[in-house]
Amino acid sequence: MPKTLFDKIWDAHVVSEIEDGPSVLYIDKHLVHEVTSPQAFAGIEKRGVSVFRPQNTVATPDHNVPTIDQHLSIKDELSRFQVNTLTKNCEKHGVTLYGLNHPFQGIVHVIGPQLGLTQPGMTIVCGDSHTSTHGAFGAVAFGIGTSEVEMVLATQCVLQPKPKKMRINVNGQLKEGVTAKDVILYIISKVTASGGTGYFVEFAGDAIRSLSMEGRMTVCNMSIEMGARGGLIAPDETTFEYIKGREFAPKGEEFEQAVKKWKTYFTDEAAVFDKELNFEAADIEPMITYGTNPGMGAKIVANIPSLDEINDKEKLSFEKSMDYMGFSAGDALEGKPVDYVFVGSCTNGRIEDLREVAAFVKGRKKADNITAWIVPGSKQVEKQAHEEGIVTVLEEAGFKLRQPGCSACLAMNDDKIPKGKYAVSTSNRNFEGRQGPGARTLLASPLTAAAVAVTGKIVDPRKIL
Amino acid sequence: MAVEKFNTIISSAVPLPIENVDTDQIIPARFLKATTREGFGDNLFRDWRYQNNGEPNEDFVLNNPDYSGKILIAGKNFGSGSSREHAAWAIHDYGFKVVVSSFFADIFRNNALNNGVLPVVVSEDFLAKLFSAIEQDANAEFKVDLEAQRFEIVATGEQVSFDINPYKKQCLVNGYDDIDYLLSIKDDIERFEKERV
Repeated sequence: MPKTLFDKIWDAHVVSEIEDGPSVLYIDKHLVHEVTSPQAFAGIEKRGVSVFRPQNTVATPDHNVPTIDQHLSIKDELSRFQVNTLTKNCEKHGVTLYGLNHPFQGIVHVIGPQLGLTQPGMTIVCGDSHTSTHGAFGAVAFGIGTSEVEMVLATQCVLQPKPKKMRINVNGQLKEGVTAKDVILYIISKVTASGGTGYFVEFAGDAIRSLSMEGRMTVCNMSIEMGARGGLIAPDETTFEYIKGREFAPKGEEFEQAVKKWKTYFTDEAAVFDKELNFEAADIEPMITYGTNPGMGAKIVANIPSLDEINDKEKLSFEKSMDYMGFSAGDALEGKPVDYVFVGSCTNGRIEDLREVAAFVKGRKKADNITAWIVPGSKQVEKQAHEEGIVTVLEEAGFKLRQPGCSACLAMNDDKIPKGKYAVSTSNRNFEGRQGPGARTLLASPLTAAAVAVTGKIVDPRKIL
Repeated sequence: MAVEKFNTIISSAVPLPIENVDTDQIIPARFLKATTREGFGDNLFRDWRYQNNGEPNEDFVLNNPDYSGKILIAGKNFGSGSSREHAAWAIHDYGFKVVVSSFFADIFRNNALNNGVLPVVVSEDFLAKLFSAIEQDANAEFKVDLEAQRFEIVATGEQVSFDINPYKKQCLVNGYDDIDYLLSIKDDIERFEKERV
């Protein structure tokens, strides 16, 4: 029977099915961070069991770490205790930990792919909704809650109902100045913040194929922002080339064998999806969000929808959102002043993102009204940015590179956007208070963020390329 | 480890007619530094519930003495965004046993079920009816019968049925725990590992 890419991977990992219930799904790789794991470790200890497959488990602190002076002890007492708890739990259970001063530390969804831990055909989970990032490699990867983290620690399995399947095709070629981030913001603006709920989404089509691995990761990363359980893209030569030679990738003959297997991970021609959507790449332009969920996005050159464009049931939420943002229905987006620019996160904190920003700001200067936080996704990205001269370019333009972590994406550490201030962010969520109480977030691509950083206001980057 | 058993609940409800309530609103990230499951109820809906100076925001429904109960009734797409189970812990810790909406985000629904909080999905029309029932009478009572999978407006007797996965229903009714189940089939898991290579 013809199968989708998702079915091939899911079905190969089903240990058993509960009658009228969820599947027992075997997990190949369990990624762990400091915020959603302490209660799970405490849980297995209370049950008197240890981590079942520590060799399939990798941990790193990322959500709750400072992005300056990481060589010093963490100042915030609760944060320090949480990070130390992760260290203790990993030592006790024999789990590999890339701690704060380890050269492999970083945002969990940046380090997995970068170290070659993420591979096609795998099932990957983490107590973090952006685990969908790893789907870019043709893996079934999804976020789980802490009770489920406990399940995986205890048994290497989760109980999961099988999601429905959706395919989103982006056909044709992207226009110049349109990036992966614009593609996914465009898709979410069409599908809405809840339109993917209950589905696992395969992204396909020429425009998706033409993306680099890092671009594909950006797309899959945000599949949760339309409510989808996860997103994935069939692996191809771009994928294999990216994995080759990485720390934990198969080597030599083993790599060749692995590629043979990986080439079987694609959707069969006659396979059926529960839902299929088509978009034209030519319709996509640089995007920005104006509201308080990622579905509230528009072309940068467009206006915020007017009240008559909003249906009655959504008016209350829309008006609440506009009130929070300090915007009015029908406002033009371009030209609005901005206070902060944040480049980083598991969505856009990778080396290509920093390269793109550096290439844009080279020979230009940061606008005086902008406070910019540029945060590498990992220690390896940070190192590479130094080696490639990116840091020098950034500094000459008035920017500084901070140290790796989730940072202002969720503002668990000190990197908080002040109340009422506008931040153009390359991260993934523009929820109320996401970047700090009262902070106003506008999501955009690294290219747009760079253009905003040098002009001090919302601008379509193509106008100043 | 057994969890609390879920019985039939008759209670008034707290209305939150806002769509897309994400888990950052339910419990903001800066309150996720705890390493235990307790105490999150104090910060449930923190930034809506309190002003910057820490004083309660009188306009927010949890601070309105007219409304109380074990049932939270919320707008479409409740629990979207972050996978933080702390959101379910906060709702449970505050005292809610049931959340009613026309639509739940997937991860939140799983997290709620794993913590003895029942997510009840009703149609958008019925949801509107619930909000207007509470608007007319803040003390309006609702009956949630998990065994029969019925949700009832007590005053009028109007009922709707709701869906729940039969396995999850058994877990809630009996206080079963998924992890106990998985531990009980460890032999199957080890066999699977050997056979797949």
